[in-house]
Amino acid sequence: MQSLRVPRPETTLTPPAPRERSRDLLLFLAFIAPNVITLSVFSYWPMIRNLWLSFTYWDMIAPEPLWVGLDNWIEVLTSATFWTVLRNTLVFTVGSVGITILIAMALSLLLNQKRRGRNLVRAAMFAPAILPGSAIALVWTFLLAPYYGLISQAATGLGMPMTRWQNDPVWAMPTVILVVIWKSTGYDAVIFLAGLQGIPRELYEAARVDGANAWQRFVNVTVPGLSPVAFFLTVTSILASFQAFDIIRVMTGGGPVIATTTLIYQVYSEAFVGFNAGRAATYATILFGLMLAITVVQIRMVEKRVTYE
Amino acid sequence: MNSATLAPPPPTITGQRDTPRTTAMVQSSRLAGTVAAYLGLGLALVMVGIPTYWVVIGALKTNREIYTVPSTWWPPNPAWSNFPAAWAAAPFPRMYLNSISVTLISTTLKLVNATFCAYAFAYLRVPGRNMIFLFILGALMIPEEVTVLPNYLTVASLGYVNSVTGLILPTIGSAFGTFFLRQHFLSLPREILEAARVDGAGHLQTLWHVVLPLSRPVLATLILLTAVARWNDFLWPLVVTSKDTMRTLPVGIYFLFTQEGTTEWGVVLAGTIIVIAPIIALFIVVQRHLVEGIAAGAVKG
Repeated sequence: MQSLRVPRPETTLTPPAPRERSRDLLLFLAFIAPNVITLSVFSYWPMIRNLWLSFTYWDMIAPEPLWVGLDNWIEVLTSATFWTVLRNTLVFTVGSVGITILIAMALSLLLNQKRRGRNLVRAAMFAPAILPGSAIALVWTFLLAPYYGLISQAATGLGMPMTRWQNDPVWAMPTVILVVIWKSTGYDAVIFLAGLQGIPRELYEAARVDGANAWQRFVNVTVPGLSPVAFFLTVTSILASFQAFDIIRVMTGGGPVIATTTLIYQVYSEAFVGFNAGRAATYATILFGLMLAITVVQIRMVEKRVTYE
Repeated sequence: MNSATLAPPPPTITGQRDTPRTTAMVQSSRLAGTVAAYLGLGLALVMVGIPTYWVVIGALKTNREIYTVPSTWWPPNPAWSNFPAAWAAAPFPRMYLNSISVTLISTTLKLVNATFCAYAFAYLRVPGRNMIFLFILGALMIPEEVTVLPNYLTVASLGYVNSVTGLILPTIGSAFGTFFLRQHFLSLPREILEAARVDGAGHLQTLWHVVLPLSRPVLATLILLTAVARWNDFLWPLVVTSKDTMRTLPVGIYFLFTQEGTTEWGVVLAGTIIVIAPIIALFIVVQRHLVEGIAAGAVKG
């Protein structure tokens, strides 16, 4: 697990002489400067600028943003749109992360058995994770096309009424979630697999000696053994799902109406479709606050340790 | 413990092998397990295989075949012309060049940033070092997506919209890579570094001749992770480019789709294959290393 608390060994090998020390300082500054400068300009400064812009109105054409105080915040927080978008974000996150992790765990248990063809399955399932989301969204748009799409044909064959999937107000969100699950399950399964292989064999032997059956061994050895990996995956997938953009952009454009508009999508459409920098910055700041809260919870929990070891 | 507790051990699975009935039960449940496992593996393969197959044959179908229901599982007259049509419908050579140069330059600069920075934090003792390291780590919590609007404003004010520089600039700072490499550098055996020092190697020499050669697997994982992320980037290239000739592939095929729409699926699918086929080919080559590197990084990390 990524713990931010790191060992801090004495790294200077021999105590440096004063002259060497000032040379080390110069070298240190030269080594870190490019990274520190880029992170300042393209990570920290944007957060400050977002916060400042959130108190302004600006169409990005006028020479200067206009200070409007808390107007954006009041407008956003009291709008029905914000709460719909927030709910969409939560549904999207819980749905995609939760189901992906469950399927991935089951798949990893399968891949952990010495069966023929498992390496092929592992590679095939992993592949969507490294493909561009936009390409995958196009593939699924084709598969889901009404009437002539493969899935629509299968659904009508099974007697389901014709559905417009990602263009249907009710089906849009589940459809997008399913595509995200399809893209990310193999990746999660591979990480679970590494977790499974890290569980000491002796624990299984000991459980067997104690008379535990397969189910009991799963519950008492496998599940606790996997919990750090599951936790890691949950947190990183939640953060990733908050940033999921390409699949939504290509498949639904946030619609129909705003049925699949998540917070990141709203930031994009306020800024680059509506040209309302102030409101986009407000949404961006809210999104950042949520992600920061999740990261802080993660660090706290990692410090407490998820399970033994 | 008195000797009374040393009763015969409880029956274990090995102990049960003696009775024929339980052997049969164990065997049949093992058979059921095997069947279930192969069903599961087969289902997983089908979930990936069928969409892939469907797209490949879709790219070889004429419009008429695509819109005919029920669909055929094999195009009677493969429409190879979809590929040249797709190649002509979007500036693919240019988009390939853009994607390759953005991925190469951005990954290289990011890695150089991470390596020097990680070396400095691991081996150069300077007052206040840990405070600056926290500053780097803090940037981990600021996702690129949240910064898209201010970064667009910055890049636009520098005049880099629709340029490779603009595509690259906000992506070259490294928080995760610095953290990841520093952890690795700290785990290297100190005796070797000490020996290099005694031999009179300066920091640059130590970095180049000692630390980097010892870090090859970690660097390879980091390069692959960074390169995949850059290649697939969508939001930033979408925002910072408006000309067809400056688009990267993931954004380019999206515009191919908006332009051809659902009326020219064969061409759109051929374009999609033009974009993903090289990635798949590369994936088959580095598959083992990539999968294992990512898994190890996540579990140990």
